[in-house]
Amino acid sequence: MTLARRIIPCLDVDAGRVVKGVEFEGLRDMGDPAELGARYNREGADELVVLDISASVEGRATFLDTIRRVAEQLNIPLTAGGGIRKMEDGRAVLRAGADKVTVNTAAVERPELISELSQQFGAQAVVLSLDVKRKGDSWEAYTRGGRDATGLDAAKWAAEAVQRGAGEILLTSIDRDGTCSGFDCELTARIAQTVPVPVIASGGASTFEDFLAVYTEGRADAALAASIFHQETRSIAAMKKFLAERGVPIRLSR
Amino acid sequence: MKIAIVDYGAGNLPSVERALLKLGVETERAIEPRQLESAEAIVLPGVGHFAAFVAGLRERNLTGALRAAFDAGKPMLGICLGLQAMFAASDEAPGGAGLAFFPEQVRALPTNVKSPHIGWNQLRQTRESSLLRGIPSDAYFYFAHSFAAPATAEPTVAACDHGFPFAAVIECGSVRGVQFHPEKSGEIGAQVLRNFVESIQ
Repeated sequence: MTLARRIIPCLDVDAGRVVKGVEFEGLRDMGDPAELGARYNREGADELVVLDISASVEGRATFLDTIRRVAEQLNIPLTAGGGIRKMEDGRAVLRAGADKVTVNTAAVERPELISELSQQFGAQAVVLSLDVKRKGDSWEAYTRGGRDATGLDAAKWAAEAVQRGAGEILLTSIDRDGTCSGFDCELTARIAQTVPVPVIASGGASTFEDFLAVYTEGRADAALAASIFHQETRSIAAMKKFLAERGVPIRLSR
Repeated sequence: MKIAIVDYGAGNLPSVERALLKLGVETERAIEPRQLESAEAIVLPGVGHFAAFVAGLRERNLTGALRAAFDAGKPMLGICLGLQAMFAASDEAPGGAGLAFFPEQVRALPTNVKSPHIGWNQLRQTRESSLLRGIPSDAYFYFAHSFAAPATAEPTVAACDHGFPFAAVIECGSVRGVQFHPEKSGEIGAQVLRNFVESIQ
């Protein structure tokens, strides 16, 4: 009997479409969120994350509808976030069909938001999204999609967020994000050993070996990736087989 | 057949409704005792805080109706916090009372493991189970909780380990409960719900 390591595809959504950031080009359309969600559900994803990366008010307006449409396709857990400012935003996301909500910028500005959400919906429904950059021997937390440095030590902030009721940490290495150079296992292990809640590693995934490394030396409970799954070049089923053959506890049945 | 889903004011009801709808079952959100009395079966889903959950049931005068349904042997399925609420009390709400179908106390997961217990885990079946009929013994189920009833509780038919052995599936006559989320546990979870529905018919 073992708790399986989770594989979590992530959909970055802008104005109702899944998008991918491409250098010198901006955003590239990757498809319909409900269609992609249904495909990942079918292929054996353990969970799905949907993040609103809209820069505009118009883009945001459609996000709850996107959550509703995606949730209808799933019989696995759904996490949603991006731009959650207050309690009512969190409630709306959960009402729309998400099981968990992620918070980042607003929680740094007002940490009580985490406590409020946790008391209302339970720690299992509150995920701290922690975007970090390496700074010497440690890591610094960033907000606003990786644009603003907070001056907060990532490990200390993670510990405080858990104290306040966050039930999971979605940990993204900004240094690795989009580089295809693998997860930052040192970072993931550091945070995973600091906090008593599950840690989802994110940023830099490109190969099956990257996932193997983050579950073993990185001590991650789950790992998240976006674009490597979207192109259908790497299927979740094939990745799961690869990991199971190497002794990682993985859920193979659907 | 109509199944009443207890609506205590929070919780993600649509996913439970959708999962039952896929099995061809009509559901109704129950907010008053009358609806529980007329239903052929009751699903008690739950997320959030034990105290808020029990308070939500009290405010709607549903605790008495649930007790009556239990005494009458009406088929009932508790999910996650819904299972926990069937016990007498919980570490999560000191001094507060549960539905007390069973006398044990729900415990906090210990500090030597990650809590909440979030993710897909396997079961150890200890007794004959109607809910687990036809399900492979190595199947995975999705859990998301920080508290659990001890596996030593009388109605336990399958246990899971996370810090201590806890009740993952309970069955006692027509009353059943699962600590995992069948509505979020893929095809395997759908089979658990199908087994529940078939046991009613």
